[in-house]
Amino acid sequence: MAAEAPAVKLIGGYGSPYVHRIEMALRLKGVTYELILEDLRNKSELLFKHNPVHKLVPVLLHGDRTVCESLVILEYIDEAFDGPPLLPADPYERSEARFWAQFIDQKFARPFWFSFWTGDDVDKRAFLKEAKENLTLLEAQLKGRSFFGGDTIGFLDITACALAHWLGVTEEVTGVTLVNKEELPAFCKWADGYISDETVKQCLPVRDELVAYFSARKEMYMARARATLHK
Amino acid sequence: MAGSNDLKLLGMWASPFVLRVKLALSLKGLSYEYVEEDLRTKSELLLKSNPVHKKVPVLIHNGKPVCESSVILQYIDEAFAGTGPSLLPVDPYERAMARFWAAYIDDKMMAAWNQASKAKTEEEKAEAMKQSFATVETLEGALRDCGKGKPFFGGEDVGYVDVVLGGLLGWIRANDELQGVKPFDPERTPLLAAWAERFWSLEAVEPQMPDVSKLVEFGKMLQARQAAAGEGN
Repeated sequence: MAAEAPAVKLIGGYGSPYVHRIEMALRLKGVTYELILEDLRNKSELLFKHNPVHKLVPVLLHGDRTVCESLVILEYIDEAFDGPPLLPADPYERSEARFWAQFIDQKFARPFWFSFWTGDDVDKRAFLKEAKENLTLLEAQLKGRSFFGGDTIGFLDITACALAHWLGVTEEVTGVTLVNKEELPAFCKWADGYISDETVKQCLPVRDELVAYFSARKEMYMARARATLHK
Repeated sequence: MAGSNDLKLLGMWASPFVLRVKLALSLKGLSYEYVEEDLRTKSELLLKSNPVHKKVPVLIHNGKPVCESSVILQYIDEAFAGTGPSLLPVDPYERAMARFWAAYIDDKMMAAWNQASKAKTEEEKAEAMKQSFATVETLEGALRDCGKGKPFFGGEDVGYVDVVLGGLLGWIRANDELQGVKPFDPERTPLLAAWAERFWSLEAVEPQMPDVSKLVEFGKMLQARQAAAGEGN
């Protein structure tokens, strides 16, 4: 009868929010997949073969196709598989989702990195202010809804996953507080809603384990932050 | 028809990102009102339409703004799916490849070029140029492997990646004179060099392309301004 659907494999690494994005997308679409966990300090031939350009996870293998870069993979999953759509149908709403996804990937890294991982000798106020402003801008996109996608988790929610979970973990590991419920009530409600979701819980790294993971790497991240700050 | 497809593009003549949008609109055969912005005194409309980044290009369609060039290109392709050729292919995997290489051009290639232009010492410059060239070589490989001997990244016809890269061609030619660098050297990256000539001379493209001598003048002015700012420190 119907030919067997081509196998889906995801090359990932522990603790990566980018990998979580892909696991969420596959689960929301009801796609069965095999997760191949890389040791990111000792990358495999498989990873180099399938992502020679960036050598990063996640990488999606779908039959004989390879797709790299998490946002590219998300759109591929939405288009290649049946199941509930991840992106809205309306072109304008899609453009808004893409705009904010790009914003998340481009505007949070730097101020967050320098807010959290620089030492007490650094004046973090400007970085914290920028990070908070960016969160406020993003929070406004919720527009009174539970999720960016509306009633259910969608493309922008999974793109923002690091803000829902990894951000809190980083605050705990570093002792630097960025978010509070009074200043960002809708954002906090969204984050709680995201990490409580049943599908999310199936592929979200356990908080205590993530805390331990980042704590073990704290010195390394702080050294890196110190080095890049002075560039 | 008035009102149903009211398109306005806020831009700046030298911006490669604005050029991408102009190229896409031209290729789709869409008419629009163009508004030249003075980026040192940005208009109320620009600030209201792009409050997050305050940058051009902004495409305003029936009063609703779309920002960020790659987002705008995909919007144009989807909102005007029935008009003119499609920028992105139909097949999801080919679409993923196109999005991947477009992201590479912005995130890796342009980042390397920006680093090269900021380099201060001869040593820094040499290293940055090496990194820069590596990204161009990777792109040459993409055209060779994905293009499979076809004239464009999009295949027989121009597509999304061609427009994303094409927007940069004005500055690529200007930098040849400004920095003595030929990013698409016909000897080292012959496919890209040939692609550049072919793309520039397309009927829907050529009239949109900026005057390279004006870009060179503008580039020299920017360099002088940068140098003066440096001396002030």
